[in-house]
Amino acid sequence: MTTVTTAPAGPDTQVRQASPRPGGRLRPWLYLLPSAAVLLPLFGYPIYMLGLLSVFDYRQAQVSGGEPTRFIGADNYTALLGDQRFWSVLGQTVVFAAALVVATLAVGAALAVVLTRAGRVPRLLLSLAAMAAWAAPAMTGATVWMFLFDADLGLVNQLLGIEGYNWFYDKWVTFGIVGATVVWHSFPFVMVTLYAGIQAIPGSVLEAASLDGASAWHTFWRIIVPMLRPLITIVVIQSIIWDFKIFTQIYVMTNGGGIAGQNSVLNVYAYQTAFGSSEYGLGSAIGVIMTLILLAVTLLYIRALYRSGEKL
Amino acid sequence: MSRSRLIANTVAVAAAVVTFFPIYWMVLSALKPAGEIQSLEVRPWTLAPTFEHFQRVLGGENFGRYFLNSLVVALTVVVLSAVVAFLAAVAVTRFRFRFRTTVLIMFLVAQMVPVEALTIPLFFLVRDIGTVVPGVGLNTLGSLVLVHLAFSLPFAVWMMRGFVAAVPEALEEAAMIDGASRPVILWRILFPLVAPGLIATSVFSFITAWNDFIFARTFIISAKDSQTLPAALLVFFKPDENDWGGIMAASTLMTVPVLIFFVAVQRRLVAGLGGAVKD
Repeated sequence: MTTVTTAPAGPDTQVRQASPRPGGRLRPWLYLLPSAAVLLPLFGYPIYMLGLLSVFDYRQAQVSGGEPTRFIGADNYTALLGDQRFWSVLGQTVVFAAALVVATLAVGAALAVVLTRAGRVPRLLLSLAAMAAWAAPAMTGATVWMFLFDADLGLVNQLLGIEGYNWFYDKWVTFGIVGATVVWHSFPFVMVTLYAGIQAIPGSVLEAASLDGASAWHTFWRIIVPMLRPLITIVVIQSIIWDFKIFTQIYVMTNGGGIAGQNSVLNVYAYQTAFGSSEYGLGSAIGVIMTLILLAVTLLYIRALYRSGEKL
Repeated sequence: MSRSRLIANTVAVAAAVVTFFPIYWMVLSALKPAGEIQSLEVRPWTLAPTFEHFQRVLGGENFGRYFLNSLVVALTVVVLSAVVAFLAAVAVTRFRFRFRTTVLIMFLVAQMVPVEALTIPLFFLVRDIGTVVPGVGLNTLGSLVLVHLAFSLPFAVWMMRGFVAAVPEALEEAAMIDGASRPVILWRILFPLVAPGLIATSVFSFITAWNDFIFARTFIISAKDSQTLPAALLVFFKPDENDWGGIMAASTLMTVPVLIFFVAVQRRLVAGLGGAVKD
């Protein structure tokens, strides 16, 4: 008897079970718990601390407890904004990062297109070479490029037949070489991502374009770029974030920011101010300003995501 | 062969050569005898390859230890970050709940935070934690695992989101009808299905941890035994004359494992990125 009555009820229960997420009110929070346990103390708290430190007079004496920490309000910020040096570092950080983003995207996108047109063997060669550059740690990339451009034993000077020219002497030449190293590291991500994206575009679309007589240039700008827009946004934003936060290459290749700190970027400047000069409060203020700039970029990005209709 | 194919092939090969050259030069220089490195007549090959630099690096500077340290830190971060990010990605893709968008935006914002700027408060945080939990204080590998886990997580979640979303929900529903419990569905069905995504994500987490220079330099102050590779490399830079043979050998040792890892998962990585793209 029971079997008979439950049988018709079967589909009904199935529908109920399959209906969206029963008992799921707390479950997403349960799944988010481990992330929160990591991110709140290691992200939230330090960000709060960074802001707090930036309004205190916090130097070696205060760290060691020799003197009491003193609240100084916006003094660190006033000092920074009134400092010519801060503005020049900020300026060159923006210019350097912008140049890196443009160069990385140009090289990465161009080579992604090349990949789609190249034969099997050249494609494999370029993919493997790019993987190698991508996989190379920032630290070792820095050391190799330094060696290539070494004044005495570097390959570049020997090939050019110039003796003892120091590539790390002039500010912008140095930025150029550090920039080349960074682009070398970062174009593979752009290339591989965009190539994967282009591969995902249905062949029929490209075929139709070529049947309609569209040139390669047209196909790229009118079809590939619009179809890859979400992907391009991600790649651009990632590049901005990475390039704005460059640290290792500058720090290592210019030995902590170059001659008299001429090759400093905000990151290195903040680090040196805090750990080099023991001005932890002032260093934190630089960190806050940098965070705010990147936050502004993030907000623009989120707005762009919403505008493009991507659902979060 | 068409003209455009020919141009593409030429550009691809030229770009490959230029891109690979620094790696080649690094390995070559690591194998060159000291005399050839010092020589002012440079040659793009060597007739007398030697392991003297590798021997010096591995023997003299405690390098094996640093290598192991880097590996332990990176692998721990990869495993922890994969599991934690997977759970979070399931939460934000499979459930509609209040503040879901807010949570997502928080992950995005976390990615943007210049972590180097956080070095200052994190240094004090780690120092203070160390007095309570010595395992994650200054001079420990635990401190590095913690910070790298935190920094690789937002990006990992953001990436995993696409992979989880790509798995049809019908599969989970079918399993549920068959009476599978939620944990079983999560680990036995969903987790294996997002494996390509996990691999792609793991590559990024691994690299974040393996490459880290700033935190290793800041946190590992005096305990030489807890040093990791990137910071240890600085030992070979001397004020008077850099030991280029040693630097190149150490750099090679640091690069090759990642290279192998990368090439091994290369297909998966590309497929993974493609998967994220289609989302």
